[in-house]
Amino acid sequence: MDLFSFVKPKNELETTTDAKQNVPFVPDEMWTKCPKCNTMLLTTDLEENFNVCTHCDHHFRISTKQRIDILADSDSFVERDSELSGGNILDFPGYDQKLEKARESGKESVVCGECLIGGIKTVLCVMNAGFMMGSMGTVTGEKITRAFEYATENSLPVVACTVSGGARMQEGILSLMQMAKTSGAVKRHSDAGLLYITVLTDPTTGGVTASFAMEGDIILAEPNTLVAFAGPRVIEQTMRQKLPKDFQTSEFVLQKGFIDAVVSRDKLKATITRLLKIHGYKENKEAAQ
Amino acid sequence: MTAYEKVMAARDAKKLTAVDYIARMFSDSFIELHGDRRFADDKAIVAGLAMLYDMPLTIIGIEKGRNTKERVERNFGQAQPEGYRKALRLMKQAEKFHRPVLCLVDTSGAYPGIGAEERGQGQAIAENLMEMMTLKTPVLTILIGEGGSGGALALAVSDEVWMMENSVYSVISPEGCASILWKDSSKAPQAAEALKMTAQDLFDLGVVERIIRQPKAEDAAMFESLKMLICRTLEKNLALPTDRLTEQRYARFRKIGTAHLTQ
Repeated sequence: MDLFSFVKPKNELETTTDAKQNVPFVPDEMWTKCPKCNTMLLTTDLEENFNVCTHCDHHFRISTKQRIDILADSDSFVERDSELSGGNILDFPGYDQKLEKARESGKESVVCGECLIGGIKTVLCVMNAGFMMGSMGTVTGEKITRAFEYATENSLPVVACTVSGGARMQEGILSLMQMAKTSGAVKRHSDAGLLYITVLTDPTTGGVTASFAMEGDIILAEPNTLVAFAGPRVIEQTMRQKLPKDFQTSEFVLQKGFIDAVVSRDKLKATITRLLKIHGYKENKEAAQ
Repeated sequence: MTAYEKVMAARDAKKLTAVDYIARMFSDSFIELHGDRRFADDKAIVAGLAMLYDMPLTIIGIEKGRNTKERVERNFGQAQPEGYRKALRLMKQAEKFHRPVLCLVDTSGAYPGIGAEERGQGQAIAENLMEMMTLKTPVLTILIGEGGSGGALALAVSDEVWMMENSVYSVISPEGCASILWKDSSKAPQAAEALKMTAQDLFDLGVVERIIRQPKAEDAAMFESLKMLICRTLEKNLALPTDRLTEQRYARFRKIGTAHLTQ
């Protein structure tokens, strides 16, 4: 008797893939590991919970579409200036390739448009972390500026969700100028007596922090969001200073007095809706019908 | 000169600093004012009042210091939030008395330290950008050395921005850019070239209105002509109705970098 006779003799009809069918099929995307607490979460559970870990409350980074779905009433979002594009204005080495790669995640580092939030007509700007880490270039600045100008002309409130590594260095000084331009547009919107709410999401840093992110009448942030001008690595490298624990988290900047509230993702829409109502913005009956 | 040589010239320790310019143009009338009325007096910002011929003027400069002792005292020209808030306080004061503001910028950037972050460096800069855009009095900024990112822009949302011929103005230092993009800070000369940060580059990009010939320390005639140029520009803007002035200022920044955009 053959030593290996207990091994089923190879059958020509029995392929390896058939063998695999006996194992329960688990697609990779069925489970998602929380990067903070390492718990394996059912992806469907995670999605139902606004992409917040059901175990440790870690807020996953989400796409612009997911963000819009959370905040805007269903099917109410109408994008503006979606086709605006710029290209490599300074002929910066390697920027063309970077842009091309970034375009897999969206057209630019911000999506702007008009929507209803709790039935209230609002201009919504959502930054896109997937596009060169949400860095602000000339297109980003122009889209945000146009969004504020449109809101000012139409007496609408603005909600901006920020996520950004800062100014986009591949556009040199022109990216720096976007800080001034967007701030100017925010100021004119503000002077018209209109409400601007910012929602800081992880991470909000650099030139975006030092411009429209910090210029809201009301500044909200998601839990455990990095909020910084100079990020932790910059400080550690240039100043060789050891950073205190939880430095530059949203809870930290709340304690220091620079934001109004830390709001978890599931409460964000209700909070914004209430703030809009307190400022006298009314439900849009026309659009609701 | 290559772009990186210009960067080096802008950082040259022997070059004139903000207090030198103030001494040479306003020595007889300058009165320094201190403090942000909230937290401290940031010595990286030197500010005060002076007479430009018969025109009262608010001057706000970023001062790097001229020797080691001064440089330490001035935090190497890296302002903290209280510095930007002091600048804004004095700009608001200038607005009240409808007196023009002259900003002299020379900084490698806003101070990236723990205290500065705790006291809201980002918020302080953001507020300056917003408030300067609608400040109801003329503002002129001259970059006299380094113009380092947001820390420089916080004093440069002005009706006109001029640059000394050997000054630079950039969103990031060439060293920082090279180390982030190419993981090699020794490629700073290439980064300086790519960032387009010299006075001529910025003039070509429409970011600055004028390039000024670098005055030498002892050249009184050159300082006099610079004074006259400043005076003429501020007088012209002072004559405008303030809503037109702020409209023009917004339009100035509104159009920068838009020429290449396509829909």
